[in-house]
Amino acid sequence: MTIDANGPAILARSLRKEYPGRDAPVIAVDGLDLEIRRGECFGLLGPNGAGKTTTVEILEGLNQPTSGLVEVLGRSWDRDAPAIRERIGVTLQETHFPEKESVRELLTVFRSFYARGLDVDDAIARVSLESKADALLDQLSGGQRQRVAVAVGLVGDPEILFLDEPTTGLDPQSRRQLWDVILDLKARGRTVLLTTHYMDEAERLCDRVAVVDRGKIIAQGSPAELIARLGGEHVVEFALVEEAPTDPAVFTALDSVLAARAEADGYSLTVGEPHRALPALLDALEEIERPLARLTTRHVGLEDVFVALTGRHLRDDQESDGDAGRRRFRRKSRRR
Amino acid sequence: MLQQSPFFQLYLARLREFVRQPARIFWVYGFPTVLAVALGFAFQNRPPAPVVVDVVSGPGVESLRAAVDAHNARLASSAEAAGWRPTIVLEVRPEAEAVKRLLTGKTPLVIDPDEGAKVSFRFDPTRPESAAARETVDHVIQRAAGRGDPVATADVLITEPGSRYIDFLIPGLIGLNAMGGGLWGVGFLLVNLRIGKLLKCYIATPMPRSEFLGAILAARLTFLLPDLAVQLGVGVFLFHMPIRGSLWLVVLLDVAGALSFAGLGLLIACRAATTETVSGLMNLVMMPMWLLSGVFFSYERFPAAVQPLIQALPLTQLVEGLRLVILEGAGIGRPEILRVLAILAAWTVGTFWLALRWFKWS
Repeated sequence: MTIDANGPAILARSLRKEYPGRDAPVIAVDGLDLEIRRGECFGLLGPNGAGKTTTVEILEGLNQPTSGLVEVLGRSWDRDAPAIRERIGVTLQETHFPEKESVRELLTVFRSFYARGLDVDDAIARVSLESKADALLDQLSGGQRQRVAVAVGLVGDPEILFLDEPTTGLDPQSRRQLWDVILDLKARGRTVLLTTHYMDEAERLCDRVAVVDRGKIIAQGSPAELIARLGGEHVVEFALVEEAPTDPAVFTALDSVLAARAEADGYSLTVGEPHRALPALLDALEEIERPLARLTTRHVGLEDVFVALTGRHLRDDQESDGDAGRRRFRRKSRRR
Repeated sequence: MLQQSPFFQLYLARLREFVRQPARIFWVYGFPTVLAVALGFAFQNRPPAPVVVDVVSGPGVESLRAAVDAHNARLASSAEAAGWRPTIVLEVRPEAEAVKRLLTGKTPLVIDPDEGAKVSFRFDPTRPESAAARETVDHVIQRAAGRGDPVATADVLITEPGSRYIDFLIPGLIGLNAMGGGLWGVGFLLVNLRIGKLLKCYIATPMPRSEFLGAILAARLTFLLPDLAVQLGVGVFLFHMPIRGSLWLVVLLDVAGALSFAGLGLLIACRAATTETVSGLMNLVMMPMWLLSGVFFSYERFPAAVQPLIQALPLTQLVEGLRLVILEGAGIGRPEILRVLAILAAWTVGTFWLALRWFKWS
C-alpha cells in the first residue's frame, strides 16, 4: 500500500454510528462525508448533541463506526492503528490529568509513548507555560490546564491535531491564548481538526468549516462563503416596547431587508444595506406606534448561518424550541 | 533509556501520585496499623468482664446475694480461677421492669429467686451470653447450696504467644490489606481513569497497553511490601507475635494474594463507568470475604454446606497460608501451602484472562 503524501489528511465516507436505544437505535452520526486537506484548520460546528464528538472520536480511532469508511493520512484504523497513533495528537474535552504531577512530569510520561516527538520543554514553550513547567496540575487555572491538554496532544509532534471543544468554559483571555497556540500550529503547516460551538472561534481560526446538525453535515465551506450564502452582510437586532408580540413578517417587506425572525428578547433582521433598511424600519415602527427599546447592528457571523439553516441557536439552551407561531415563520424565512 | 520507557514513566507517575498525597499514605499504611493496634489491645488477654444480671425483687434476693458475694470473694482471693471465671453483679428491679429489659436486650438474664427454694431463670437460649450467664449463676447457687464436684478437673490456660487472638488476627489483617489494596489500587483506580477520560487520552496515543497495566501492577506490588512490613512489625514488636516460618514464603504468599486481588480489581473495572457502579461491585466482592474468609474468626463455624465456597475464596486461602507459615512454621513443601499457591494462581490467571477480554478501553 502506498501512502499518498498529497492526499487528504482525513477522509470519511458515509459515516454512520448507531447506539442501541430503549425503543429504536439512537443515530449519533447519520451518513456523514468529510474531506480535510493537509495543512488546513478545519472546524466542525454544531450544537451540543449534534454528533460532533462521536464523529471526532471515530476519526481518532477511539470509537468504531457502525458503517462507513475512514482514512487518516491515507491509512485505515483497522490495519494501521499504531502507525496512525504515532502521527496524530488528541486533546479531549475535560480530561482529568493526575493532580499531583507537574506539567513537565506529565508531558515526559506522554512523550515516552511516541518514538519521535518534541522535546518536553519545547512542547511546554508551544503553549507558553514555561513559568509553570514545575507547578503541579492542581495549582493551575482552568485555562492553563487546557493548554496542558493541548501540549499533551502536541508532544508527539503530530501531523494532525484533534481538538475537541478546546475553549469551552474558558475565560476570554485564556481562549485567546489557546487561539494563538492553534494559529502557531497552522503556521507550521500542521492539520488541525477543531470542534466548537463558538462561532467567533471558528471564524477566527478555521480555513473551512462544516456545520453538523443531527448527525449530518448541513453546510460546508469557508466561513466567508457560508456567510455570503445568507445574502445580507448585516444584522439589525432590536426590541420594542409592546404588550403583544408583533408578527415579524411585517418587517420582511421593508427596503433591503432579506429576512426577519423573532428572537427570545426581540427581533432580528438580515439586511443588505443598513443605511436603507434602518430609516425604513424607523418609519414602519412609527406607523404602527411601537417605540424602540433597543437597537443594534452588526456584521453577519457563522452563528447567523447556523440559525438560518436550522432555526435554532448553536447553544440552543438559549432558546427552547419555542412556540408554533415562531416555527412557522422560520420555515417561511428559510425558503427566502 | 528509562526516559523513553512507557512502563517506567507510568510506574514513576503512580509512585509520585501516591507519595505526594499524605491522606492516601495514611489510609494505606496508617489506618491498618491503627486498626491492628486497636483490635490487638481490645482482644488482649485480661480478666473476663463481669456478668451483670437482673434479679426480681422479693424475699429470696438476700440468700442469692450471699451466694454471689461468696463467689466474688473466692475469685478475689484465688489468682488461678480469676484468670477466666467472671464475677457476678446483681441488679435488683421490679419484675415488670426486669422483663422489659430482657425483651429489649438490655440484660442477658432475669433471675426470679422466689423464696430461695426454687429459682427460675428467664432468658433467650439463642443468645450465647444469656446461656453463659445462666450457667455461671446456676453454678454459684448450686455450689452455695452444697453441691460438690464428684470429678476433679484441672484448667490449663493457653496464653502463649502464637496461639492468642492477636496472633490469629494479624495474618488476617495482612490478607485484608492485600485485598483492599488490589481492589482499590487497581479496580477503583482504573474506573477513575475512565471517568476522568484519562484512559481514553492514553489509548489515543501509541502507548502499549501491556506496559500500562504492567506499571499499575508493579506499583501495586511496590506499595504492598511496606504494608506487609508494617503489619508484621506491629505483630512482632508490639504483641510479640512469633514468625515461625520463612519470611520469604510470607512475602511470596502476600504477592500471590495481591496478584489475585489485582485480577479481581481489573475484572471489576472492566466495564464500570461510574463511581457508584464500581463501589457497588467492590462491596459485592469484598463483603463475602470480610465475613466468610476467617479474618476475624474461624470459618469453621459456618455450616458444612458453604465450606467449599469459603475454601474457594482467595482471601480464605491467603489468610490460611499466612497463618500456616507465620504461626505453624509451614514450609513451601507442605501440601496445604502448595494448595494455597495453586488456588491463588488460578484466581490470578482466570481473572486476568476474563478482564483482558472484556476490558473497555474507550
